[in-house]
Amino acid sequence: MMSEAKAKRHQGTLLVADDDDDYRLQLVLQLQREGFRVLEADSAQAAEALLQRETIDLAIVDVVMENWDSGFTLCYHIKQKNPRTPVIMVTAVSSETGIDIDAATDEERSWVKADVLFAKPVRFEQLLNQIEHFLHG
Amino acid sequence: MADQAAVTGRLRVLVVDDEPGMCRGVARALERFAVPEPDLGLTVSFSVAQAASGEEALAMMAQGLPDLLLLDHKLPGISGIEVLERLPAGEHDLQTIMITAYASLETAVTAIKRGAYDFLPKPFTPDELRAVVRKAAHAVVLARQARQLAAEKRQVRFQFISVLGHELKAPLGAIEGYLRIMRDRAAGSELAAYDEAVARSLVRADQMRKLIEDLLQLTRIESGQRARTLAPTDAMAVLRAAAETVQPDAQARGISVTLAGPVTLPVLADATELEIIANNLLTNAVKYNRDGGTVTATLASAAPGLTLTVADTGIGMTAEETARLFGEFVRMRNAKTKHILGSGLGLSIVKKLAELNGGSVTVASTPDAGTTVTVALALPAAG
Repeated sequence: MMSEAKAKRHQGTLLVADDDDDYRLQLVLQLQREGFRVLEADSAQAAEALLQRETIDLAIVDVVMENWDSGFTLCYHIKQKNPRTPVIMVTAVSSETGIDIDAATDEERSWVKADVLFAKPVRFEQLLNQIEHFLHG
Repeated sequence: MADQAAVTGRLRVLVVDDEPGMCRGVARALERFAVPEPDLGLTVSFSVAQAASGEEALAMMAQGLPDLLLLDHKLPGISGIEVLERLPAGEHDLQTIMITAYASLETAVTAIKRGAYDFLPKPFTPDELRAVVRKAAHAVVLARQARQLAAEKRQVRFQFISVLGHELKAPLGAIEGYLRIMRDRAAGSELAAYDEAVARSLVRADQMRKLIEDLLQLTRIESGQRARTLAPTDAMAVLRAAAETVQPDAQARGISVTLAGPVTLPVLADATELEIIANNLLTNAVKYNRDGGTVTATLASAAPGLTLTVADTGIGMTAEETARLFGEFVRMRNAKTKHILGSGLGLSIVKKLAELNGGSVTVASTPDAGTTVTVALALPAAG
C-alpha cells in the first residue's frame, strides 16, 4: 500500500467544476488523497459563487455544464480574476459528439483561455502530472 | 414525403430482340404509356433502350441494370435463358419479361426458374404488351418500396442500439471508476471515506438494471411475445396499487398523491398492462415534480373503455420538449432533470401499450407549472 508520506505530498487549493457527479466525486477523492484541498462545484454558477470567497491555485473545469460553453465562460472569469491561475479544461464533447476542440495554434489558445484541454476520459496520472507541472514546473 | 421522391416514377426498359422492327415497336408502344400507382402517389412512365443480341444486352447491363428487361428467347448468339443466367447477382428490383415466338411449356418453366417474371408470346398487340408491362412495373415499384422500408428499419434499429450502448456504457464507466478508486485505496485507508463511492456505484448499477428491465419489457411488448390475458379487472384497484407503490418516494419529498374516480371501474383488460401504464405515469409525476407538489390521478370510464389522467405540479416541459417526448431514450436533459434518474423508455412503453389497447397518449405541459398525461384505452366494460 502507498505510504501516507508519499500520498500526502501536495499542497494547494484546487477547484473542480464538473456537472457529472460521478466523475467529479472520483476526481475529488483522488486529488484529496494527493493532499490537495479541493473545492467542488456541480455547475459554472456554483463555481462562480465559490470564486467570490475563495482563492484557488488551479482549476479543473468541464466544458459542457449548464450550457455547452459554460466552462469557457467560467475559465474566462477565472483568468479575469487572476491571469496566472492555471486552468485545465476537460471535455467529453469530442468522444460524444465527434466535435473536436483543439487549441493547437497560438491564435486558438488566445481565444480559449484554458492552459490545456483534455478529452475525457482523462487518466488521473496524466492529470496529476499536468497539475504538478503548473504548480511547481 | 422524402421517401417517395426516391421512388422514381420513370422506369428504364431494355428490349433485347434481334428484329429491329420488334424493338422499335416496343419503344413506340411504351413511349407515352403511363401506369398510375395511386397508393404510392406517383405515375410510372418508361424510357426504352434497345439491344440486338444477348451479348450486347449483358454489356449494357454491366453499366447499370434496367428496371424491366424484355428479353427474346431466341437470339443470334447466346439465348435469352443464358442472358438470365448471367445477370449480375445482388440486390436489385429488375423484373424480366420473356418474349417467345413458340411458347413451349419447357421454355416457360426454365425461364421462371431463372427468375423471369412473366411471358409475352409472339406475336403480340401493343395492348397485350402494355398489360404485361403494367403488371411487371407494379412489381418493380412495390419491391423497391419494400427495400426502402427495410433500409429505414435497419437505420432506426442501428440508432436505437447506438443510443442504448451509450446509455449502458455511462453508468458502467462510473462504476468502474469507483472500483478503481477502491482498488488503489485512492481515498486513503479509512473505510468511511469510500461510503459515497459505494453509494453512488449502487445508484448507477440500479439505473442500469432499470434500463435493462425497461428494455426487455419494451422488446416483449413490441414483438408480441408477452402473453396477454384479458380478464375482468378493476382499473381503480390497479390505480390504487400504483399510488401505494410511489407513496414512499412521494412522501420523502412531501408530494401528495390524490386519486379521483369511481369506487370501482370494472373493465376487460390485461391487468399487468394497466399496472405498467399506471406505475409509469405516477412514477414520472412524482419524479419530475417539485418538492411539496401534488399529483392528481383521475380515472374515468369512457365509451368505450377508460381514460387515466395524471397531472403533476412539476418542472414541466417546453412545447419543443413535449414534441420529442415519445422518442426512445428521450429524457429531457437540462439543469432541472440532471439529478433525476430514468431509462428514457417509460413513455415509449406506455404508448406501445395504449396502442395495443386501441388507445392513445396525449401530453399537455407548461414549463415550471406541470405536466398532464392522458391515456385513453378502448377497453370493453366487464360485466
